[in-house]
Parts: sequence; structure tokens; C-alpha cells
Amino acid sequence: MLSPIEIEPLKKETSMEALEKFRQETRAWLEENCPPSMRTPMTSEDDTVWGGRNAKFTNPEAKLWLDRMAERGWTAPTWPKEYGGGGLSKEENQVLQQELRRIKARPALSSFGIWMLGPALLEFANEEQKKEHLPKIVRGEIRWCQGYSEPGAGSDLAGLMTKCEDKGDHYLVNGQKIWTSYADKADWIFCLVRTDPSKKHDGISFLLFDMTTPGVEARPISMISGASPFCETFFTDVKVPKNNLVGELNKGWTIAKRLLQHEREMISGMGLGGVGSGSGLGGLEQAAKDYYGEVGGRVASPSLRDHITRQKMDGKAFALTMQRSAEEAKAGQGPGAATSIFKYYGTELNKRRFELLLEIMGTKALGWEGEGFSGDEIGVTRSWLRSKGNSIEGGTSEVQLNVVSKRVLGLPD
Amino acid sequence: MALVLTEEQQLLRDTATQFFQERLPIANLRKLRDTKDAIGFDRAVWKEMSDLGFAGIMISEKYGGTDFGPVGLGLVLEQSGRTLAASPLVSTVLLCGSAVQLAGNATQRQDILSAIAAGERVMALALEEGPHHNPTRIATRATADGSAFRISGKKTFVLDGHVADQLIVAARTGGNDNDRAGITLFLVDPKSDGVKVTRTLMVDSRNAADISLDNVSVPATAVLGSVDGGIDVLEQVLDIARIGLSAEMLGLVQEVFDTTLAYLKERKQFGKVIGSFQALQHRMAVLFAEIELSRSVVLDALSALEARRNDVPLVASLTKARLSDIATLMTNEGLQMHGGMGMTDQFDVGLFMKRARVAAASFGDGNFHRDRYASLEGY
Repeated sequence: MLSPIEIEPLKKETSMEALEKFRQETRAWLEENCPPSMRTPMTSEDDTVWGGRNAKFTNPEAKLWLDRMAERGWTAPTWPKEYGGGGLSKEENQVLQQELRRIKARPALSSFGIWMLGPALLEFANEEQKKEHLPKIVRGEIRWCQGYSEPGAGSDLAGLMTKCEDKGDHYLVNGQKIWTSYADKADWIFCLVRTDPSKKHDGISFLLFDMTTPGVEARPISMISGASPFCETFFTDVKVPKNNLVGELNKGWTIAKRLLQHEREMISGMGLGGVGSGSGLGGLEQAAKDYYGEVGGRVASPSLRDHITRQKMDGKAFALTMQRSAEEAKAGQGPGAATSIFKYYGTELNKRRFELLLEIMGTKALGWEGEGFSGDEIGVTRSWLRSKGNSIEGGTSEVQLNVVSKRVLGLPD
Repeated sequence: MALVLTEEQQLLRDTATQFFQERLPIANLRKLRDTKDAIGFDRAVWKEMSDLGFAGIMISEKYGGTDFGPVGLGLVLEQSGRTLAASPLVSTVLLCGSAVQLAGNATQRQDILSAIAAGERVMALALEEGPHHNPTRIATRATADGSAFRISGKKTFVLDGHVADQLIVAARTGGNDNDRAGITLFLVDPKSDGVKVTRTLMVDSRNAADISLDNVSVPATAVLGSVDGGIDVLEQVLDIARIGLSAEMLGLVQEVFDTTLAYLKERKQFGKVIGSFQALQHRMAVLFAEIELSRSVVLDALSALEARRNDVPLVASLTKARLSDIATLMTNEGLQMHGGMGMTDQFDVGLFMKRARVAAASFGDGNFHRDRYASLEGY
């Protein structure tokens, strides 16, 4: 697995004293520059800062916080300074993250550009493309979306058909994407297109274009949770400048796979239980005491108590495995085989957690909206519905198990 | 650094791997079983194990041990699990050695620990009285008789009880049958008057015994630790045993996984190897994930012991619950995937399944430890 720091040309060694000095400076800077309201928990999804041309801030201090962090390149701390990043070493970034957690700072910027596209550009893009796109990602000026899945290319992503033709001075794109997260709110798209129909994996290219280009249309899809974070995205005779191709023509699959790794890492973190609503309920056991009742300090239902314990134990075992993998990587043993199970296990665990919350809360977790339910309760209902997608998006559980079977266990086709 | 092995530990693991494969392969267990061996393990090989330092791995150098610590012992146990090696590691080293280390006075330590480290004494803990692990359900009574004690009661599932040179008996000096308080540990010579040892043949071909005590007289010097305060020692000792046994089960599970995987790549039906069928592939991938998680909890539990962390009871229950359940799952799946051959005595998978069940039932199964975990966590 390649993290941004590993592709940074200059790897900096940071001595202990220098690191301690960095910590003191960072702490002082954050003390002065992180606005008070940015040290409080977010109250709703709307508080998330996604940036972009039409950036929405529920609070003016959120914009201030973003601008200050972006100015130092700390929205992408380990990216090279020449592209607007923070230029921090891995160790310095750890210190920065620790200090941010210490003051409970909200993320200054949430961004597919930072999580997914940026690392791929650093590795595969040409100099001009890096200079053009990376600084805008760092500053939250451009919001990106990912054009991967198509109606006919889900688990079999390499079967994608969106046509991209060479028209001499430009490319012409025609086709349809689906499950494009926030396509209706994004400014640019990174997109997989078919440039050679006679080949499968070797006929795919990686293209960037502006969502305001004529012929691009995004339609939000209503989901079972009631939200519409995903879109169907249509391309009709979309003209794309030729220098928007990243990497070589027909070599886009390599980039696509690397990006998927970043995406899967992001999703597997969900199994740790921190993501999703219901955190205001104080953990599974407290929720069970509150909603089911207790007898002599124990959850009143022995069966429910046992289910909670299974969940907690598996969650703990999963967290320890993520930790072990990180320690192994640090010890130079490289990413162990264990990493291949994270996406599968983490998402299944997260789904189970919400099913269990439903059992614990009974009808209080089955409200849809309005009177009679707290915000946390509605949040559990909606997150339970949303969690079903975890084991589908970014490679289904079944695809993950195929990967483990074939690549790790060496079982044949 | 807790979840990654040091170079020294990797070296120990390699030594142990080689030792068990060469000196105590599964064929050894089969031979002991088929010849109805009176001892049930190979005394000469046990001596070799102590010469290698395995018997004294938790014992300080002062008493002739190697003091390699819990992580070291865990590595040895894991490798012993891969070959189903029958040895007194659990009874003598994990249980009794730990008890003496924790609660013994200077004389007891000197006498017992050096004998264990030298491989010259086999010991057994006489604790259980029913079919389910329950360290406080003790009806065996020890009544004061002048400065001595007289012990009466019935013990069951005493590991290595039929060959032990010395017993540690948990008996009640106070309180009622299920009380935590009032339990005392006694060192008892199995040749004493009133001790009756009956070997029980278990499904895993390892060694256990029923032991009845009828008015057995022991001197005051036989008390290990404090009178009435035995439960505190017992719980620490049991947690060590639970974690150690989990390490053994990890080896067992890994071995069954590896042999099953190899079988899937070799056995052909419908003109292709059965490992090409997705119905089997996904089950193996899920098992792979469960084993990775199991390895993490075992390593964490061993390092919790080593660092004397205060969450040892919690991680012991987490580990024993997970490994008991995964050992059951893996051996069931392994047998099923071996098809009819898995049902034969000729194939090893059945032996692993039998051992998995006994190990799971020892010192608390998944049910016991989930209940304990919840209680420790306050719900």
C-alpha cells in the first residue's frame, strides 16, 4: 500500500528534538488558529466541510479554519510543499494528528481529492497536471467526484463501456456512470473511460474533466435511507482537452486499482465503530440498559447481553488486527496478508453493529422522522439503512472474498 | 511494540517449530493412543523439552528457568498445537508452575520451581468438580485438625492427574459452595492415604483423572498462599492457562487451515480441483479472516501478561472465547471439506477436532468467557 509520503521525492528524517520542537510550535499555532467552535463535535452531516466552488459553511469559523489550515498545507500534511501540501514527514504528520485530536478539532476539509485522487496524481500525473490540480485540492477550491461504476459495470468494474474517442485536438466522451458520490455538488470528475473496445483491462484510461462542460448531467438517486448522496451521471458528446489524460492511454486500470486501495482503507475504518450515528447513546451496553433495562447491573436479556459481547469482542479483535498490521508495516515487514480482509471484515462488523442497535432499541430505532424520536434515534435508523451499502460499495464482500481466495490463498479459478 | 515478534522471539519460535515436528509429530500421539501408554506422554521427550528450556520458560533463572516470559511460552504452545504434542506444558508449567510462582513461599518455590524447570516433576491442579468450568463452585472441604488440615471431596478433569508427582488441590476452608471467599490451595502428595486417582480416557487422547480425597491429612506447610484467599491466585493462574491454551489452539487452527487448503488444491471432482469452487473458496477466505483476528488477540493477550497490564482478565476472556469458538468452527469446516476422508481415523483432521473440543472446554468455553467479559465490563 502506498501512502503519499512514500512517493514524496525527499524523505525527511526527523530527530526526536526536532519533533518535540515541532510539537510545541504546532500546539501553539493550533491554540491561536483553531476557532473555538471548531473544537466542538459536529451536530449534523451538514457541518462537514467539502469545499468546492459552491462550498457551504454552516458556520463562518469553518471557513476561517479551512483557510488557515490550507495556507499551511495542513489539509494535505504530507504532500510536497511545491504542490501546496504541508511537506511534513510521516512522524511530523503523526504529531500534527495527535495535536488535532488533543483539542478535538473538526476536520478542516473532507475531500475525495485528498483521500483518493491526490495520492494517485502524485504517483501517476505529469508535472503540469500536479501543479494545476493539487494546490486547488489542498485549498478546498475544487471538489472532486469519482466516475467509476456504470449500470453494466459494478463488481466487474473493468467491463465499463463509457466511450472516449480521440478526435484529434480533443477527446469525445459518451456514456453513463452510476453511484457517483456527490456528482451533483462536485466541480470536477476523475473518470474511467473506454479508449480501446477490443481489450478489457488494457483498454481503459483515466481522465479528468470539469463537471460544467456541456453534455455533463448529474441526477441524484433517492436511497433507502432517504438521503441522495449518489448520482447517475450522463455524458453526451462531452469534449475533454487531451492534456486531461492522466498516465498513458489505455493504462488507466493501474491507476484505478491504486485508487480503490485508498477507498477500501477509508471504508474499512468503519468497523471500528466510530462512524455512523448513535454515538450519543453511549455504547451498545449502555443503550441496552437504557432501552431494554437492567437487573442487578446486568442487561436484562441474557441473549442480548451475549450478542453485545460477541460484537464487542469481534470489534476489539478487529481493532487489534488493524493495529498489528500497522506495527508490522512500521517494523518493515510490509503490508501483511491481513490487510486484504479489512474491507470485508470492517464493513460486515459495521452492519452487524447497526442490526444489534435495532434489536437493542426496538421500535425507537424504527422511526422515520418527526415527533416521538430523538435525533440520535432517527440517526440510528438512517445509519442502519446506510450501512447496508458498506459491503457493496468499493468492492462487494463477495469480491473481497474472491480476492482473498485467489491472491492470498492461491485457490484456482 | 506488542503485536510484532522480536528477533529473539522469532528464533525461539523456529526452534520450537523444528522440535515439535521432529520429536513430537502427530504420529507420537497416535502411538501413545494405540499402545494405551500408561503415562500418556513421552517422559524422555519431556526431559528434552526441559533441556531446551521450555519447561522453565516462565521460571526465573534463580530456579534454573530460562525466564523467557509469556510471549515465549505462547510461541512454544502454538507450535505444540500444530502437532498435537502431548506434554505436561499446561498442567505443570502453565497451571502449577504459575501458582507456585505467584503464591509459593521461599521454600516451596525453591523446591518446586527448580524441579519443574529441570523436567523432573509433573504436577496437576485439582480444581473442577463438575462438567463445566467453575472456579468458585468448590464443595471439597478442608477442615483444620490441630495445625494440620483434613481434605475430603471429589475432583474431576484433573489434567495429567494420573501421572502427577504432586497435586495442587483447591478446597474450601470457609464459606458456602459457590462463594469466592474461603477457598484455599493445598500441595498434596497423590500417594497420601485417602487419595484415589482414576485415569479418565478423554476423546483427545490426552491425560486426565478423577481424584477423590477421603479425609486426607496435610500439614500446615502444604498451604500454598493464604488460607481462604485462594481465589485471587486461582484467577491469575487460570488467566495464564486460558491465554496459553489459546496460543495452543491458534497453532491447532492454523494447522487445520493449512492442511485443508492444501487438500482443496489437490482433491479433484467434476474434473477440477475442488478448491476452484466458490462455495468452498469463500468459506476459506472467511476462516482466513477469523484466524488473522485470532492471532492478533492471542499476541495481545500474551503481551498483556508480559507487561503485567491490568486488563489481563478481560483479554484472557476475549482470547479464550474467540479461540474456543474458532477452533470449533475451523475443525468442523476442515472435516467437512475433507469429505469422507475427514471421517476416517487415517486422516488427522478428526484428531484435531477432538483436541479442539477438549481445549475449548478447559478453563471456560465461549459461553463462560462472554459472560465473564460482560460482568468485567459492568453490564
